[in-house]
Amino acid sequence: MSQSTPTTSRRSVFSRPRAEKGFTSWITTTDHKRIGIMYFFTVLVFFTLGGAESGVIRAQLAQAEMDLVTAEIYNQVFTMHGLTMVFLVVMPFGAAFFNYLIPLQIGARDVAFPRLNAFSYWMYLFGGIFLYSSFLLGGAPNGAWTGYAPLALDGVSNMAFYAIGLQLLGVSSLSAAVNFIVTILNMRAPGLTFMRMPMFIWMSLVTNFLLLFAMPIIAVALFMLQFDTVFGAQFFNPATGGDPILWQHLFWLFGHPEVYIMILPAMGIVSEILPVFSRKPLFGYAAVAFAGAAIGFIGFGVWAHHMFTSAIGPVARSAFALSTMFIAVPTGIKIFNWVFTMWGGKLRFTTPMLFSIGFVSMFTIGGLSGVTHAVVPHNAQQHDTYYVVAHFHYVLFGGALFALIAGVYYWFPKVTGRLMSEKLGRVHFWTWLLGFNLTFGPMHMSGLLGQPRRTAVLPAELGGTVELYNLLSSLGVVVLAVSALVFLFNLIASIRAGAASGPDPWDARTIEWLSESPPKHYNFAEIPVVSHRDEFWHRKYAEDAAGQPVAVPAGGSEDHVTAEAAAHGEGDHDGHHIHMPDPSYWPLVMCLGFFPVAYGLLGPTPWLIGLGVVWVIIGFFGWIIEPVAEGDDDDPIVEDPAAPRSGVAAH
Amino acid sequence: MTAGVHETTLGLDHRKLGMWVFLGSEFLFFGAFVSAYILYLDTTAGGPGVEIFDIPFTSISSFVLLMSSLTMVLAHNAHTRRDMRRMRMWILATAGQGAVFLGGQIFEFTVFYKEGLNLTQSPFASGFFVLTGFHGLHVFVGILLLLSLYSLTLTGKVKPDQDLKTEMIGLYWHFVDIIWVIIFTVVYLIPDLLMEA
Repeated sequence: MSQSTPTTSRRSVFSRPRAEKGFTSWITTTDHKRIGIMYFFTVLVFFTLGGAESGVIRAQLAQAEMDLVTAEIYNQVFTMHGLTMVFLVVMPFGAAFFNYLIPLQIGARDVAFPRLNAFSYWMYLFGGIFLYSSFLLGGAPNGAWTGYAPLALDGVSNMAFYAIGLQLLGVSSLSAAVNFIVTILNMRAPGLTFMRMPMFIWMSLVTNFLLLFAMPIIAVALFMLQFDTVFGAQFFNPATGGDPILWQHLFWLFGHPEVYIMILPAMGIVSEILPVFSRKPLFGYAAVAFAGAAIGFIGFGVWAHHMFTSAIGPVARSAFALSTMFIAVPTGIKIFNWVFTMWGGKLRFTTPMLFSIGFVSMFTIGGLSGVTHAVVPHNAQQHDTYYVVAHFHYVLFGGALFALIAGVYYWFPKVTGRLMSEKLGRVHFWTWLLGFNLTFGPMHMSGLLGQPRRTAVLPAELGGTVELYNLLSSLGVVVLAVSALVFLFNLIASIRAGAASGPDPWDARTIEWLSESPPKHYNFAEIPVVSHRDEFWHRKYAEDAAGQPVAVPAGGSEDHVTAEAAAHGEGDHDGHHIHMPDPSYWPLVMCLGFFPVAYGLLGPTPWLIGLGVVWVIIGFFGWIIEPVAEGDDDDPIVEDPAAPRSGVAAH
Repeated sequence: MTAGVHETTLGLDHRKLGMWVFLGSEFLFFGAFVSAYILYLDTTAGGPGVEIFDIPFTSISSFVLLMSSLTMVLAHNAHTRRDMRRMRMWILATAGQGAVFLGGQIFEFTVFYKEGLNLTQSPFASGFFVLTGFHGLHVFVGILLLLSLYSLTLTGKVKPDQDLKTEMIGLYWHFVDIIWVIIFTVVYLIPDLLMEA
């Protein structure tokens, strides 16, 4: 990446790192593709941990009155399962796709702020490590992922780890949101207007705006919790008139948009995959895009449906019941559009397609049970039962996770240049679908029969039927575990020795497939000029008189220059003249400083906080002072190739 | 303007757009704290309430902070004219006024503390101290940014043609001022008027 900085200046602590291979190159990388890959593998690790926690939960609940683990351990495990799956798996899984795909799909060479991008990743990783270190330091948070006060204020709840850990993850999400919003708004290829953007880009834009506006609210709630638990403030303490309902409002004002933060990237992925394997454009493109934006807006007006059994009054209940039913409309629009996309198409049931269809069907089930929550009396019956657990697993697992896995299968050839095994992929899909429904389907029934959430033992008094449902759920987890191993094996085997995919294995429609697979670090030798929605498709196919697609012979289209041809063409196109952001170790250095701050805030331990703050400030200054060797953010003279480069490296 | 502005889709520098986007997020941050403060206006648990505020004193420190926006504009203006000497002067003036404001806040907190209003006293007290404290922290970060800018112009890291950097810190500084206008009105003035009415 530093080809074009010949040895003009002496090396100093502020010189940009140069490694292109090996460990150093990964920890100093600012390449959006590498950061995306790091997100993905980190997600796999946390997914394994979260999955193991769910195994403990299901083992404990496999039969009535089990005492495999103590109630204390159980509470820690289910809390960490929730936190892990929401904040350390589904959200960063989406971020992995944002990182890898946004620049490629909008025809850019990187994100707007490459170092900030690295910063987001390290904050995510360290936030996760911080949260998990709680197991070694007196116990993990045990007050559920919702962290309701005043329970969370209790000294034994370990919720200080929760308050601080989520704060770190929030910083990660917020900085990523700023980065991606600017990237999408400001770095689109020539001709890529809003209504030509791939649907994944649309959904990413909406998601990142949701993050931008939801994260500060949870930050405020967490600061209040933090001040209450550590410094003795009185925000949620009923003894002095503090209002625990305030926590619920703030948490869900973040928490409900959070639901859409997790599902919209998945919707974007499915909206990319279904058209490709149906050989049809996305049905109702504008409707899908605006439905996504509508979900973003209405998503901020439905939060109190999580609080129908709290003291919020009949007017609020009615209003939020209505808005909750209303938000089902744009969601329904999307589902119909996906179905109509497949309608009459030439369907190819590849693994990504199977997972996408799985998403649409499972998400619809979860969406329908969601509408039942909007009915207030019904909601009061279901509140805190396994029916709710069934609902949100159908939208987050059957929904978000199915689509994210579809995305892995679909873009794996893009990232590696290899194909994943279709045979194993099918085994994975069908066992996954079976295991998923076996695990979460019965929870609808056991919940309606009255099984409460978050209890460490399954009470025998609920009867044999509920016990049977719980046993089925626990067996389902075994199926899921086997299925996950199949996926993992497929992934590793395909990375090592998958069949070569070629540049366009799926006959795709969007411009990320114009670049090589795997893409060069500069993505495109020449930035593509976009003249259509589904630009790549239009470069490959014209329409005959009957409107049927006809392949354009290679070179037949005047703008038909594949990246490969360009990259292997003249020396001028070998990428050496392209100024790419240099690696930097300052994001990592700066993020490391948040460890002492975070641990210091637990106590509080002032000297540790002080050390961390000074460390962060030093990292911040290193970040500012390091030379902008490649003009990634503030070199005004890169336009002129004749200008001496050494002047840049000197300051 | 600086690098590559004509290359961006919206014709706006990435960093400037990024700052605007970030400030949009910050509004929600203070919005949530202000809401909590309003909720707890009367929840004083028998301790001091809004009557403790010294409106004339806070008006003066608020005035100083607002005037710092003027010097910030002058600093940016000087930078666009490549007049680095004047730019540095106005930057120092801005940071100084921020420091005066912070000093006023520390003094005010001390007085309140002596009069029996402290963080752990009541939800009202927690809401007041944490909201205004976080604003103070923003001012403090702003002062650090201004002083960094000042030093970096001396070392030549920030060059005369990079007025965008001053503009970005200016955006942040004006935001912090605007938030204070809201806080001063909602936290100090309106409750005071309601109390007298």
